[in-house]
Amino acid sequence: MNHESLLHISKREGLVWWQAWLIRLASLLLGMVVSAAFIYTITKLNPVRVYAAMWDGAFGTTRRAWVTTRDAMMLLCIGVGLAPAFMMRFWNIGAEGQILMGGCATAAVLLYAGNAFPSWLLLLLGALVSVLAGALWGIVPAFFKARWNTNETLFTLMMNYIAIQITCFLVAKWENPKGSNSVGIINSRTQAGWFPSLFGQQYVMNVILVLAIAVLMFLYLRYTKQGYEISVVGESENTARYAGISVRRVLIRTMAISGAVCGFSGFIAVSGSGHTISVDTAGGRGFTAIIVAWMAKFNTFVMILIALLLVFLEKGAIQIASQFQLNDYASNVVEGIILFFLLGSEFFIQYDLRFRSHSHKKEVQA
Amino acid sequence: MAEEFAVRMVDVTKSFGHVLANNKVYLELKKGEILSLLGENGSGKTTLMNMLAGIYFPDAGQIYINGREVTISSPHDAYKLGIGMVHQHFKLVDVLTAAENIALGLPGGVLVDRKAIAKRIREICDRYGFAVDPDKKVYDMSVSEKQTLEIVKTLYRGAEILILDEPTAVLTPQETENLFAVMRNMRADGKSIIIITHKLAEVLAISDRVTVLRKGEYIGDMDTAKADARALTDMMVGRTVTLNIQRDEPENAQRRLEIRNLTVKDKDGVTRLDDINLDVYAGEILGVAGISGCGQKELLETIAGLQPAASGSSVKYRPTGPDGPAEELLGLGPRAVSDRGIRLAFVPEDRLGMGLVGSMDLAGNMMLKSYRTQGKGFFTERRKPYELAKEVVRQLEVVTPSIETPVRRLSGGNVQKVLVGREIAMHPSVLMSAYAVRGLDINTSYTIYRLLNEQKKAGVAVIYVGEDLDVLLQLCDRIAVLCGGKLNGVLDGRTATKEEVGYRMTAMAGAGKEARV
Repeated sequence: MNHESLLHISKREGLVWWQAWLIRLASLLLGMVVSAAFIYTITKLNPVRVYAAMWDGAFGTTRRAWVTTRDAMMLLCIGVGLAPAFMMRFWNIGAEGQILMGGCATAAVLLYAGNAFPSWLLLLLGALVSVLAGALWGIVPAFFKARWNTNETLFTLMMNYIAIQITCFLVAKWENPKGSNSVGIINSRTQAGWFPSLFGQQYVMNVILVLAIAVLMFLYLRYTKQGYEISVVGESENTARYAGISVRRVLIRTMAISGAVCGFSGFIAVSGSGHTISVDTAGGRGFTAIIVAWMAKFNTFVMILIALLLVFLEKGAIQIASQFQLNDYASNVVEGIILFFLLGSEFFIQYDLRFRSHSHKKEVQA
Repeated sequence: MAEEFAVRMVDVTKSFGHVLANNKVYLELKKGEILSLLGENGSGKTTLMNMLAGIYFPDAGQIYINGREVTISSPHDAYKLGIGMVHQHFKLVDVLTAAENIALGLPGGVLVDRKAIAKRIREICDRYGFAVDPDKKVYDMSVSEKQTLEIVKTLYRGAEILILDEPTAVLTPQETENLFAVMRNMRADGKSIIIITHKLAEVLAISDRVTVLRKGEYIGDMDTAKADARALTDMMVGRTVTLNIQRDEPENAQRRLEIRNLTVKDKDGVTRLDDINLDVYAGEILGVAGISGCGQKELLETIAGLQPAASGSSVKYRPTGPDGPAEELLGLGPRAVSDRGIRLAFVPEDRLGMGLVGSMDLAGNMMLKSYRTQGKGFFTERRKPYELAKEVVRQLEVVTPSIETPVRRLSGGNVQKVLVGREIAMHPSVLMSAYAVRGLDINTSYTIYRLLNEQKKAGVAVIYVGEDLDVLLQLCDRIAVLCGGKLNGVLDGRTATKEEVGYRMTAMAGAGKEARV
């Protein structure tokens, strides 16, 4: 008669927040156990020692802890930038390009005005132009989407390649020294336009700026009229029109904000950490940040945790690769397994899995 | 002796949750005949046919194909029995060609013999008079071509019994004629055909026999030769049921909306509303009756500013009666309407897809129309919507775990209470509702009727688009009947009969002159 599957998947309703976090924690632990099994079978190393080495790689020295923090802040900044776009269900996978454009704009300011203006003015200018450049890179696909309903996923992705090529062009133009195929450290002697050290630490300003943006974005999304409009448009454009919201305007405005924050992280990457510009300035973080934004369900405070975890995994992987003479791929596998479990946990948070017994036969509505 | 019936369905029953979609329905289809399956919206026609096509599985009852009892538990089973159904929403892959769509899902190897398929398609086309280009991509096809392709697809798979679900709804009169010609050819070739429809003229034009369903029940069948439009309407709508809905005399009814020459075309240029002239009075409930898709949605959405109207159309809003100032509503859009202080409430048909934000809680939904004016500057006001949500929950007895629950998790009736509650809380001057009680239980339905009556008493101009004629006749002061996008008369709700409304829904009154009350 009617075929009934043994496994029944249904949408979960009303999971309390701490239950969801319990599932996430459990899957993190499970991921670590599976990684441990992998480590032991392949390398015969003691997994506990390997995990200790990972911790050491990320937080072992003050310097390492600060680098981990700096990179986590960068990732957080991009994730925060992506949040409004994703909340609007606009698939902005163009953060990579938006970061590069912001970075290029900042580098241009540092290079061309480095000797003309005081450092604080350079920073201000760098921040401003990076925000504008990022916003422009966000507005273009939004405009086309609003106007001709183009696919934003492809469009933002293509914008990345344009940004990469522009960066290549500028690197060649600004090459220093000639023939090195890199820009080198900009203003290395004067440190003009670099983030100043605060409290004797180099990256305190990165932390302050990014956390401030995270808080502001949290407030913007949750408590402002514009944030409310983003939620409505993301849920249903018909409802938005019904409520008198101009979908086009919200699209373009939100992508300007999203691109601007991503562009700002390009500013941080150049002025606040690398002091140079290259095609690796974004380094795939524009894509990693997508995981950060989604796993945190656009809650910018949760993003801090996720960004830290991801950077921790990355640093730890590098450490175990060098400490145990494993190649990079072994540590990438560990990173991959843990991420797989974390992302997979979202399925169990969304859906309830039940095995059906054969005894009760109930009609399934098609 | 050869079996006379291609299909016999006996006591077939199907329910969805608490809703009984088919209750012991009986249907028989003779070999080589065209049978019309007639009924109003929600009478269970499509559900019944979906069971024959293997999409739903009946709760009870028997199905006989060519005299043999069968179990149809998947569309694949149906195909093996020679049953093919053409659904209202076509199931074609846009980027593939006609031939590829036909070959899709057929048994056989990985390789597709395009030539052989194209040859067989041409054979089928020549035999019945179809026009299908096997190499044309579906996205290049008109609606009528897609439908033809769907029919050819079922024939290609060897269907002897064809089910067409409202095939003419998407066709022009000329295309309908072509379809009917093809159907007659197929009948001459010995195919048995069921056509689902609610258009009486078509029933009489094409079919040999007609089976009527009403509210999920089998009412009867008769030879088309012996039937006429009147008799079929009576079978379709049935006797009047007394509902005891309160209806007061309108007090101080003044003209509030003047709809003049309203014509609406959809994106494809198809006329959805054709030259509508209608007045809406404050302090009365104006019912709008019609088969679904006859322009009800367009009427409300155009007034609400969600759809553009053709030039020459006009909807004048007169807040203080026929002699007071007037404001043109068309061309404003919902935001400008509310900015001008016109309190236009609208309970749309698609509650969660248009009227509410499913993932937001009750309080968040309360601010949907008011968030712009409430709150200081840049920030939203949270307390007032929260208080309003609590008030709506208390007054309308909304069953919800809390104010913070996403409305998507509420039951259908409670979702509707939240929506109606919000719209009434804006103290509307015009309240439009589309299928306000669809899917609701009796008690909630009566709550909605009571709320609408309270609004009427408070001097609101209420428009009630409905599908249940008994409700329309007992709730509304006047009933405007739409038929194919045209206004087919406005009847007095107190004196009109069910048969009259039903008849006007299905057949246009004397062409050109439209009755107005």
